[in-house]
Amino acid sequence: MNGAEDYLIGEHLTGGYGGANILHDCNIGVGRGEIAVIVGPNGAGKSTAMKAVFGMLNLREGSVRLDGKDITGLTPQARVAKGMSFVPQNHNVFTSMSVEENLEMGAFIRRDDFTDTLGQVFDLFPILKEKRRQAAGELSGGQRQQVAVGRALMTKPKVLMLDEPTAGVSPIVMNELFDRIIEVAKSGIAILMVEQNARQALRIADKGYVLVQGRNRYTDTGAALMANPEVRKAFLGG
Amino acid sequence: MDGILNALILLSNFVIVPGIAYGSQLAIGALGVTLVYGILRFSNFAHGDTMAFGTMATVLLTWALQSWGVSISPFPTALLALPFGIICTILVCLAADRWVYRFYRREKAAPVVFLIASIGVMFVLNGLVRFIIGPDDQRFADGERFIMKAREFKRLTHFNEGITIKTSQGLTVVTAAIVVIALFWFLKRSRAGKSMRAFSDNEDLALLSGINPERVVMITWIIAAALATIAGVLYGLDKSFKPFTYFQLLLPIFASAIVGGLGNPLGAIAGGFMIAFSEVTVTYAYKKFLAYALPGDWAPQGLVQLLSTDYKFAVSFVILVLVLLLRPTGIFGGKAV
Ligand SMILES: Nc1ncnc2c1ncn2[C@@H]1O[C@H](COP(=O)(O)OP(=O)(O)O)[C@@H](O)[C@H]1O
Ligand SMILES: [Mg+2]
Repeated sequence: MNGAEDYLIGEHLTGGYGGANILHDCNIGVGRGEIAVIVGPNGAGKSTAMKAVFGMLNLREGSVRLDGKDITGLTPQARVAKGMSFVPQNHNVFTSMSVEENLEMGAFIRRDDFTDTLGQVFDLFPILKEKRRQAAGELSGGQRQQVAVGRALMTKPKVLMLDEPTAGVSPIVMNELFDRIIEVAKSGIAILMVEQNARQALRIADKGYVLVQGRNRYTDTGAALMANPEVRKAFLGG
Repeated sequence: MDGILNALILLSNFVIVPGIAYGSQLAIGALGVTLVYGILRFSNFAHGDTMAFGTMATVLLTWALQSWGVSISPFPTALLALPFGIICTILVCLAADRWVYRFYRREKAAPVVFLIASIGVMFVLNGLVRFIIGPDDQRFADGERFIMKAREFKRLTHFNEGITIKTSQGLTVVTAAIVVIALFWFLKRSRAGKSMRAFSDNEDLALLSGINPERVVMITWIIAAALATIAGVLYGLDKSFKPFTYFQLLLPIFASAIVGGLGNPLGAIAGGFMIAFSEVTVTYAYKKFLAYALPGDWAPQGLVQLLSTDYKFAVSFVILVLVLLLRPTGIFGGKAV
């Protein structure tokens, strides 16, 4: 799985929230049109790794590269401008604003006409078009996640980072969301995703990272990890 | 029948008309407080003195205009000076943000630290205003004093009682309506306004969407300064301009904002009218009203005044305490602009 360098790379990521390090020499990468999935137990540092890649964590060591260029020093806003987009695990919609306003805010940095992109998001998530005037806070869990992903797509990003996009949704909605995410990846966007539903996520993953206590435990293709008996036993429930 | 109508006219004259005017002034003041709370997430104790500063700037230019013989009669000259007052106040607020609040923002200080810093800003503004214009009562209203005089009302109708509507009252209500409509249009429809609501709703996500927090904060100060000046000038035209009174206004203004739910602009407006009407109805002497409304010999002997006007601030205070005890997020639900 090496060869050409990945589009987005986090290398030797080491750092935490002030006190002790949470991440220890963590390596993560994803190529264009690929889906990379980070799995691991609760508190392993998956969300922290996502924040590190997005510039929301003070790194003690390590670097982040986008398309071969070092972006370690950039603020999150500057990374948005460079084509990165992030859906955080919690509080990922503007609850008091309508669905359409949420999407508009996603396109905030765009100065051009974004009606096309709005249409594409509505095509991807038809329910959002139906509920465009409704406050995002009034929607069901699955619909909210669609708003969150839709908002992140409004900048026409080259990299989409999703932290547990299927948290708290039913299995049917989860499969539905995964199908949409595959669609997005097929359009050439690099997708880096954290998932609790490890089995289902690794099934659609080009790359998988198993993180334990802030360290890379296993790194391989999604299929290889699924086939690895140790990984199955320890992380996929047999 | 005439008795009842006279009673209603009396009530309109002494309760409803002044209540609407005062309510509008409180509403505009409370809107400023609530916007700053929604975006900067602290209670700005300097708001009353910001109003005083804006009014002072307006009064000074009004006097200058008057001495140059400039007039827009029947409107008060202060209306002409208002934009100047607003600009001065915007500069002061932006300076305060630059030199005081921005430091604490970078430190990610707790809201209570901001609140204390705002008390410092309050003292500075307070001193500045007293130094420049003095602590005394200043009159600066000119132009036509009345839209309708009680005497004319009585002549036109055949009632014993009349309704007086001062120009300042009419002006207050019209200005308040324009300001509120413009503000809500801005928040609902404009790009900058939506980014303010987004920032107020979810700061982290706003940052992830590429919204520039410093820009949102700047726009908020500009709007808050404009609202403070408008509220202050309208109040000054209606009553008079005395710096200490503006400091005292902080209580009913905060009561309005909190009753309506801090951070909620619609709530601030409703809260303003609720506080104003509570104050006016509780401090009004109902003797004459009851004399008209009740059959002949039932008329009361005393004033039938629940509370002397000296205690009007107690009304805001009691309402404030009750709301904080029973429904701390305000009647209309706080947070999120
Ligand atoms: N904002 C924070 N401040 C301090 N510690 C945090 C913060 N967020 C997470 N942590 C700690 O970092 C560790 C990893 O958390 P997290 O990255 O959220 O794990 P995961 O997403 O894999 O469940 C945990 O021990 C957690 O307590
Ligand atoms: Mg997490």
